[in-house]
Amino acid sequence: MATTLSRDAVAGRPVDPAAPLLVVEDLHVEFRIEAGTVRAVNGLSYTLRRGETVAILGESGSGKSVSAQAVMGIIDSPPGFVTGGSVRFRGVELLDLSEADRRRVRGDRIAMIFQDALTALNPVFPVGWQIAEMFRMHRGVPRKEAREKAIELMERVKIPSARTRAGSYPHEFSGGMRQRVMIAMALSLDPEILIADEPTTALDVTVQAQIMALLAELQQQTGMGLILITHDLGVVAEVADQVVVMYAGREVEKGPSLPVYHRPAHPYTLGLMDSLPRRDVHTERLRPIKGSPPDLLAIPPGCPFRPRCPYARDICAAEEPPLAAVTSEHVSACHFWEEVSRERAGA
Amino acid sequence: MSAPAPDPIRHGEVVLRVEHLVKYFPITRGIVFKRQIGTVKAVDDVSFELHEGETLGLVGESGCGKTTTARTILRLEKATSGHAWYRGRDIFTLSGKEMRELRREIQVIFQDPYASLNPRMTVGDIIGEGWRVHPGVMPKNRRRARIHELLELVGLNPDHINRYPHQFSGGQRQRIGVARALALEPKIVICDEPVSALDVSVQAQVVNLLEDLQDELGLSYLFIAHDLSVVRHICDRIAVMYLGKIAETGDEYQVYDNTAHPYTTALLSAVPIPDPAARHLGRRILLEGDVPSPADPLSGCRFRTRCWKAQGVCAQTEPELIDRGQGHPVACHFAQVEFDPAR
Amino acid sequence: MSDRDRERLFTSSPAPVVASFEELEAEPIIRREGSLYADAWRQLRRRPMFIISGVLIVILAVMAIWPGLFTRADPRACNLADSLLRPSSEHWFGTDVQGCDYYARTIWGARVSITIGVLVTACSTLIAVLLGSMAGYYGGWVDTVIARLTDIWFAIPTILGGIVILRSVFSTRGLLQVSLVLIVLGWPTMLRLVRSAVMATKEMDYVDAARALGVRNFRIIRRHILPNAVAPVIVYATITVGVIISAEAALSFLGVGLQLPAISWGLMISVAQNRILTAPHLLLFPGAFLSVTVFSFILMGDALRDALDPRLR
Repeated sequence: MATTLSRDAVAGRPVDPAAPLLVVEDLHVEFRIEAGTVRAVNGLSYTLRRGETVAILGESGSGKSVSAQAVMGIIDSPPGFVTGGSVRFRGVELLDLSEADRRRVRGDRIAMIFQDALTALNPVFPVGWQIAEMFRMHRGVPRKEAREKAIELMERVKIPSARTRAGSYPHEFSGGMRQRVMIAMALSLDPEILIADEPTTALDVTVQAQIMALLAELQQQTGMGLILITHDLGVVAEVADQVVVMYAGREVEKGPSLPVYHRPAHPYTLGLMDSLPRRDVHTERLRPIKGSPPDLLAIPPGCPFRPRCPYARDICAAEEPPLAAVTSEHVSACHFWEEVSRERAGA
Repeated sequence: MSAPAPDPIRHGEVVLRVEHLVKYFPITRGIVFKRQIGTVKAVDDVSFELHEGETLGLVGESGCGKTTTARTILRLEKATSGHAWYRGRDIFTLSGKEMRELRREIQVIFQDPYASLNPRMTVGDIIGEGWRVHPGVMPKNRRRARIHELLELVGLNPDHINRYPHQFSGGQRQRIGVARALALEPKIVICDEPVSALDVSVQAQVVNLLEDLQDELGLSYLFIAHDLSVVRHICDRIAVMYLGKIAETGDEYQVYDNTAHPYTTALLSAVPIPDPAARHLGRRILLEGDVPSPADPLSGCRFRTRCWKAQGVCAQTEPELIDRGQGHPVACHFAQVEFDPAR
Repeated sequence: MSDRDRERLFTSSPAPVVASFEELEAEPIIRREGSLYADAWRQLRRRPMFIISGVLIVILAVMAIWPGLFTRADPRACNLADSLLRPSSEHWFGTDVQGCDYYARTIWGARVSITIGVLVTACSTLIAVLLGSMAGYYGGWVDTVIARLTDIWFAIPTILGGIVILRSVFSTRGLLQVSLVLIVLGWPTMLRLVRSAVMATKEMDYVDAARALGVRNFRIIRRHILPNAVAPVIVYATITVGVIISAEAALSFLGVGLQLPAISWGLMISVAQNRILTAPHLLLFPGAFLSVTVFSFILMGDALRDALDPRLR
C-alpha cells in the first residue's frame, strides 16, 4: 500500500514493541434484557501473535461471536455491556479509548468479516465503489486512484475479470464471490488483525475450501493475525494455531490445536470430537453429548457443562472449576481434567 | 467378468424406484401475461432405487437438485417427466385419493426445526394430525396413549404433550418432527437435511435416533444432505449429485475410498478433517469458480468447466451413468473405477 | 439412548415403548409457557398503551350498546326554547339548535360510529380472508384474477368513490347504505394484506409437512395457514375500525353520509360547522369523542402489533 501512515501508534498512543498483537484478558460481556441478564462472555482470555490464527470454537449461544464483537467494539449498547477485562492491541488498551478513537482502530487496524456477506454489503452501490470508499474515507485517496486500488484488491482476492465486475452490485455475485468482496473490503486498509465470524458457514463445501485457502494465502502475504470464530471442528483443525473452546460464555479448554484435538482435557471438547463423523474413516456409532445447550438465562451454578457431563460429580455443582494447566500452554476448566485427558492417552 | 459376491448391504426388495425423473422450473416474466424466458433444469434425468431397510444418501452442493428430487417424490412439486414407483404403483400418476392413501407410506423430516412445526399447535396435535387424514391407522381411543409412546420413542418427555414448539430446543423440535413422521407408520422416510441446522453436539443425538429407529422399524431412508461426513456415517449407499444429475453412486467404500468421478474427488477433498495432524496429508483439490447456474445448461458434461480431466469429448458427449461392472456407476468419460479385490 | 430399552414400535401391544431418558435428564426446563397467544397476552397486560386503549374501547362499546347507562336524557326530546345553551350542570354539553341535550346526543352518537366501524371492518375482513387466502394459497390463475381485480378496485379513492356511489345509487342513506359503501370500498387493502401473509406462511415447512401427511387444502388453510397469517390482519383490522369511523364522519360531514334525524358524530360536526364561532361546544364535544375513539383503536392496533408480531420487536 502506498500509504505512509505510521503504524507505531494507536489513536495517538505509542505501541509497546514487545507486546503481542492482541491480548484479551478476562473479558466479560453481558446483555441486560427484559427477561434478565445474560452473561454472554464470562472471563475469556487469549493471545494472538503476528501471523498466527486463533480459533474460537463453540456452538450457538457459546458467546463466541459476542466476544469478537467486544474486541471489535461493535456491541449494541444497551443492551450489551463490556463489564470487565482488558483488550490490548499491541499493548494499547482498547477498552479505554473513546468511541471516536475506537472507530479509527476499526477497519484500519482490526477488520472483520461476517457470515452473511449479502447483508454486510450495501445493496445499492457497486462493489468496486464500496471498496474504493474505504480508501477515500479513511485515507483521503482521490476517486480515480481509489477505484484502481479497489480493482487491484479484487484481483488479489481472485475475483475473475475484476475490472468489469467492479461495476456490479452485491446481488449479482454468488455467495463465494460476495465473501471475497467482503474480504477485499476488510483488507483494503491493511489491517493487522482480521476477525472472521463464521466466514464459510453459509457456503458450499467446495467454496468454503476456496475461501479458507484464500485467507491462508493472504495471511501469509501480510502477516496479519486471524481470529476465526466458528462451530466447525474441521475448519479449526485445518487452520488454527491456537484453539479456545467456549461453552455457555466460558472458555472451557484452550491450547495449541494439536494437543487440544489429540488429548482433549475437557469433557465438552471430548464430547464434540466423539459426536463428529468423519469423511475419511468409517465410524460405527456416534457418541453424542446428552441434552441441549444451556439456556443462557438459567446457567446452573458450578460448572455450566455439569448437566450434560458424564464425569460430573458433587463438586461440579458446588464449585465452578478453575482453569487447570494440563501443560504449560494447554488449560482446561474441569475438576477432573486428568481423568478426561487419560481417555485419549493411548492415541 | 465374474459376478460380484452378493452385497450384504443390499437389504430387502426395492421399495422405491425413481426412473428418469425430470423437474424443470420455468423462469417467467410479466404479471398478467406470463411468458417463459428460460428453464431451470433442477433435476435432469435422475434414476435410483431404494431398498427396504436401507439408507440411500443423496448428496451434493446447493442447487444440485437433491431437495427438488425429494419434493417431487413427495409430490410437493409436480414432476416434469419420469416415474417414481412405490411397490409397483407410479406415484406421479395416482389420483388425489390414491395419493392420500400412499402418503401413509412415505413420510418426511425437514431441515429447519423452527419452520417445520406449526407454532400454533401443541405437540400432541402436531404428532396426531396424520390420524385425522388416515383415521384407520390409530383408533381414536388409542391416540393419546400412542402420542405418549411416540414421544418416548424419540426420547422426549411424554408429559410435554400439551406444550408448544417454541418451548423446546432445536434438537428436541427435530425429535417432534421425527415423531410426526412416524405416527403414520411409514415404510419410507425422506430426511431432507435433518441434522444440518443443529449444533454439533445435538446432531449426533438425532443421527443415532434415526439409526435406532431404522433398526427397530425396518425403515428405508432417503437421506438428503450436503455434509459428506454425516452421509458417510449414516448411509448404506450414496448418490452424488451435480447440477441436476447423478455423478456417481455406490456404497461407502466405493464413493469415499475408491472415488471414481472427479467431482466427488474434489468435493471430498474440500471437506476438512477434524484432526490438525491430517492438515497436510493428501492432495487438496481446489475447484475453480462456483457451480454454474442450472438455468443455462452446458453442452456435454456439466462438470467440464471446473474439471481438471476435461477433454474435447466432454464438451461434445454427455457422459452417461454407467456401471462398469463393479456395481459402482459413474457418469464420467474418464471414470477411475478400480476393481477392489477385497470385495 | 440404548437399543435394549426399546420395544418394537409397530407392534399392537398396548405396553408403552420404553426409551431411556438418559439424554433427557439434562434437558433444561424452558420457562416460557403456553401458546403464542398466551405469551402475547402476558406481554400486553403490562403495556400502558394497551391498558389505556383497552379501557377506552370498553367504555365506548358499553356506551354504544347501553347508552342509557350514561344518560337518562332522551336525545330526541328537544325543546326549542333551550336552543344553543352553553354547557351547564343541567346540560353538561349544552344543547344544540333544536334544543336537544347535547350530552345525550354525543353519547348516543357512539352507537352509530362503533356499529359502522365494527360492521364494515368485520365484513371487509371476511371478504379479504376468504378471497385473500384463496389467492395466496392456490396461486396461479386464481391469484391472477383475484389480485388484479383487487388492484383495479384499490385504485378507487375511498372518499371520492363513496361520494359518487352514495349520491348516485341510493335515494336514502342510512347506516346500512353507508356501511355497504364503506365495505365495498374497504376490502382491497385488507385483501392484499391477507394475500401476502398467506403467501409467506405457505412457504413454511410445516405446511409442506401437512401436505405430506395428506391433509386437505381446506384444513391446511384453516389449521396451518390462517392461524399463523392472522396476526397482521388482527392488527390492521383494529386500526381499520378507527379509520372507518373517521371515514363515516367524513362522509356525513360532507353531506353524503347519514341523514338527519340519525344521530352521529359526523352529522353533529357537520351541523356545527356553521356556528363554530357562536357555539364552539357543538364542534368540540363530538369532535373530541370522535378523535378519542379513532385514537383508541389505532393505539390498540399498535399494541397488538408489538405483541403479536415478534418480527417487529
